[in-house]
Amino acid sequence: MSSSTQTAQYNPAYHRFTLILAICTFLLIIAGALVTSNDAGLAVPDWPTSFGSLYRIPPMVGGIKYEHGHRMIAEFVGLLTIILAVWTQRKDARSWMRKLGWFMLLLVIIQGTLGGLTVKMRLPWYISTAHAMVAQTFFSLTILMTVFASRRWIETTRTLTRQPDSGSLNFRNLALLTVLAVYMQLFFGAGFRHGGLHFLPHLIGACIATLILVWASFTGLLRFGAIKPIRGASIAILGLLVIQLLLGVAAYMTRVVWGKDAVQPRPSMVATTVAHVAVGALLLAHCFMLAVQAYRNLAPAAGLAADQKAVVA
Amino acid sequence: MKLALGLLLILLTIGCSKNETPPASYKPQAPAAKIDPATTATISGVISFDGAAPKPQQIDMSQDPACVVGKVPPNFGEAYVVNGGHLQNVYVYIKDGLGNYSYPTPPPTTLDQKGCRYVPHVLGLMVGQKLRILNSDPAMHNIHSMAHENSGWNESQYPGGDAIEQTFSKPELMIPVQCNNHPWMKMYVNVSTHPFFAVSDADGKFTISGLPPGTYTLAAVHEKMGEKTAQITVGAKYSKTADFKFSSSDIK
Repeated sequence: MSSSTQTAQYNPAYHRFTLILAICTFLLIIAGALVTSNDAGLAVPDWPTSFGSLYRIPPMVGGIKYEHGHRMIAEFVGLLTIILAVWTQRKDARSWMRKLGWFMLLLVIIQGTLGGLTVKMRLPWYISTAHAMVAQTFFSLTILMTVFASRRWIETTRTLTRQPDSGSLNFRNLALLTVLAVYMQLFFGAGFRHGGLHFLPHLIGACIATLILVWASFTGLLRFGAIKPIRGASIAILGLLVIQLLLGVAAYMTRVVWGKDAVQPRPSMVATTVAHVAVGALLLAHCFMLAVQAYRNLAPAAGLAADQKAVVA
Repeated sequence: MKLALGLLLILLTIGCSKNETPPASYKPQAPAAKIDPATTATISGVISFDGAAPKPQQIDMSQDPACVVGKVPPNFGEAYVVNGGHLQNVYVYIKDGLGNYSYPTPPPTTLDQKGCRYVPHVLGLMVGQKLRILNSDPAMHNIHSMAHENSGWNESQYPGGDAIEQTFSKPELMIPVQCNNHPWMKMYVNVSTHPFFAVSDADGKFTISGLPPGTYTLAAVHEKMGEKTAQITVGAKYSKTADFKFSSSDIK
């Protein structure tokens, strides 16, 4: 990754654009969560048209405002992603960034197709779950793009000194494990939310994911706290984890316990579940960030020793 | 680390194990006999509810102005409609005991959308009988059937739009039908292979007539409280009573 970054130059406009895309994607995730939380997934029964039209905006009332609003934001994010891919291809010297830009465009196309399939197939849980997982993956990549396009990332590339990832546990793999743990939770949570899975795996998964995230965050703070990006990601993960656990309990109580026989989705049910989805997305993005920063700033102790010998020779 | 990975894999396996029972395929029997109208019997009864019924939940329709045109009285959920101890919206049908009779397909039955409510809340119809769906509202609705045995469907209907007609090819109980535009709008369709069914009215009363003499399993199904059954024998031209009682302990 670092070998091809030597010619990259900070572009403030491009950086701002990646940030706008990340913010719009976060809003899109909230809009998607509002669709599910309000049982509005099929309020617009056709796709890719809405009530037979590709451009006409239907009356934005009831469930239609959630479903069609989600579609409109999704189209905007799709447009921004096309611009991002082309802009990155034309202006970014890093070949992996150019590939990432096109990969994100591919992901948006897959995501749009999954969204269409949820409508066409009338919300099968596995498609809706895949739609939720790709959404959060895409959001995490927009956050990473923003980081990769930042002045700090580009300007520290040349001066970066990698530190040994010593000790009995490899922190880089532990950071990767946090990503895997949150993905697992995302799968169980979305599967439960869309009626395909039991609640128990999500509950057990919450315990396992919490252990892994706490383990990784404290390891990051205690062993690599001097490395600012690792410290920042570790603190953010701990904070978000606490919020996410509380929101998980609140969502379960409002939706499953108190709202089991609710005649319609109550504001408390909608607010807690949407917040749980949104904070989950932030948590996944920060786990990605921790893994990326771990791999960027750390290296196997043996490898670093060999590099130093080569320099001395 | 390996232990954690192993746990993740085990959990993934557990998580994917929510098996849904595959729908049993319905094979209609070949018609064999016709009912002699001179010998038919009637079963009637009352569905009662014992204990404290859940408090009706008020519906907030404000998210669509077309649902609150003019002065709209308070609307309540219809899952538990109890009037003086009598339970409305219970589907009663002959579950077992009918011979191999042939039945003419009845004329279409109507489901209306009025005041952003489904009218009726529970209905029964026969396999192959047309369900005619109307929209008497100034609001746009979508009608989403979440059948398991039958094919599901989802169609939108403009205010005063043309009637939508649907049929069901297999017997199935309590098929939820929902409007995703107005999430409080939910009703249930019950599909039977024969015409011997009824839905309890506001006084909890039901009547099933035109039955050939015989011994039957009569079942009463509620959307939340499940099914209760009773054995009943009717002779030619008999009128028999069969009452059912649900209670707060049946609430799941």
